[in-house]
Amino acid sequence: MLRLENLQKRYRTGDLALKGVDLSVPDGQIMALIGPSGAGKSTLIRCINRLVEPTGGKVFLGDLELTSLGAGALRRARRRMGMIFQEYALVERLSVMENVLSGRLGYVGFWRSWFRKFPQSDIDEAFRLLGRVGLDHMVDKRADELSGGQRQRVGICRALAQGPELLLVDEPTASLDPKTSRQIMRLIAELCKERGLSAIINIHDVMLAQMFAERIVGLRLGEVVYDGPPDGLTAEVLTEIYGEEDWEATIRKADEDEDAGDDEGGGEVHLLQLERDRLAGLT
Amino acid sequence: MATTAATRRTWSKPPFIRDARLRWTLGLGVALYLAIAFGTLDINWTRVAEGLPRAEAFLGAFFPPDFVTRWDAIAEGIYESLWMTVTSTVVGILISIPVGLGAARNLAPKPVYYFCRGVLAVSRSFQEVILAIFFVKLFGFGPFAGFVTLSVATIGFYGKLLAEDIEDMDPAQAEAVRATGAGWLQWLNYSVQPQVMPRMIGLGLYRFDINFRESAVVGIVGGGGIGATLNTAFERYEFDSAAAILLIIIAIVMAVEYTSGHVRRWVQ
Repeated sequence: MLRLENLQKRYRTGDLALKGVDLSVPDGQIMALIGPSGAGKSTLIRCINRLVEPTGGKVFLGDLELTSLGAGALRRARRRMGMIFQEYALVERLSVMENVLSGRLGYVGFWRSWFRKFPQSDIDEAFRLLGRVGLDHMVDKRADELSGGQRQRVGICRALAQGPELLLVDEPTASLDPKTSRQIMRLIAELCKERGLSAIINIHDVMLAQMFAERIVGLRLGEVVYDGPPDGLTAEVLTEIYGEEDWEATIRKADEDEDAGDDEGGGEVHLLQLERDRLAGLT
Repeated sequence: MATTAATRRTWSKPPFIRDARLRWTLGLGVALYLAIAFGTLDINWTRVAEGLPRAEAFLGAFFPPDFVTRWDAIAEGIYESLWMTVTSTVVGILISIPVGLGAARNLAPKPVYYFCRGVLAVSRSFQEVILAIFFVKLFGFGPFAGFVTLSVATIGFYGKLLAEDIEDMDPAQAEAVRATGAGWLQWLNYSVQPQVMPRMIGLGLYRFDINFRESAVVGIVGGGGIGATLNTAFERYEFDSAAAILLIIIAIVMAVEYTSGHVRRWVQ
């Protein structure tokens, strides 16, 4: 259970990015965080693991209050929160295996990590994760040799290698094509279910959010303006979150998409994707 | 607005300095200064003309280069220079790593940053020859003074470039490793080091190259090495031995440059 209480962030420039957000995410729930650029989505998830220091309010992970932790305790707490990034954020000159094992850094001592002598159990787990995402034949490839979708799957493995309770996911599909985006989102959703993880997923793509999340939270100018099920996203709600626009197409398409099912499917899905891209370009 | 849209609108690139008076004053000032500076240069063409045949005789004395007569002294000088180069490059780089980390704005807190930038500024503000004169006075003639000189110069060079490379790194990769709960040293090892390493290896080899060439100069003011041998050869008017030394220096510099090019391509 993750709980945010009146979470605030004021940047040094004076911009109030988060205006007292109250939110709780039960265990095992996949929550999508949508909202226009600059709404504070990125700031919000970074305030949870304190990559960005919040300036007010509290964050609880279980019973642990994260906002008051000292440096060492914060590092231990970060192990419980895996993070997946926009543009993957893999260390490009390290190998796939090293990137995945870097998820274990919080658990091993400095010299072990320096000599890359991780415990056998960590290596087993890394192989299992890479096998799960279909990349166990690429362990010694350098991260910058992989395609976008492959890189993001390595990013997912790195986050899961931490053995987290919670995934913080920041725009996982921002630089992926529509098909790969779906695959990545499906993978994240499946892995969360398999391991009983909760997840907060920042995402621009309303349709993907509706397809894969159980709950949608809409953020605008640092405030929660919608919190409810995916099918509650009506034209009025989207207008409230993003501003005036013709939303009818977006909503209809989401419903049909779920019927259409798998992305391996025929031309219909492909057509829908094309149309969705066109719409995305217009908004 | 409607009327201006109908007329033809002209455009020219806005001048870099907007104020026309300032622009012309600066331009004329620079031109005037250059004219005066060249006027005071006072080139004596007869002396230039006399110098030319002298250069011919001088260069003629270089040939054929004599590797044999003074070979022992030359070999000793080369060994000393290579020893000086290797040790000063290694020691200089080792010291410049903590200094460079401290001088990176995105890593170090403000006081540490200013302190390390200060250290770099001091070690960069003096040219090797001036440092060498100073250290020869401190430690006496010989290669130790040369070693200290080159080490200090290496810190300034390598530390500054390391700091700048760290400041230019991709913050997303660093953030991702920080988010795993890694300790500070682990974070350096897993996110900062892989990003800066290839360039730093290249620069290390480049500095090795520079240190070897500088070791020749440093020797002339008393810092030992091949420079001392070269200086002695010139003082004794043994231009053929001097030519041999110069050729060896050129060969070694070329060899180092060739190797460093290969290594740099390999580590990319």
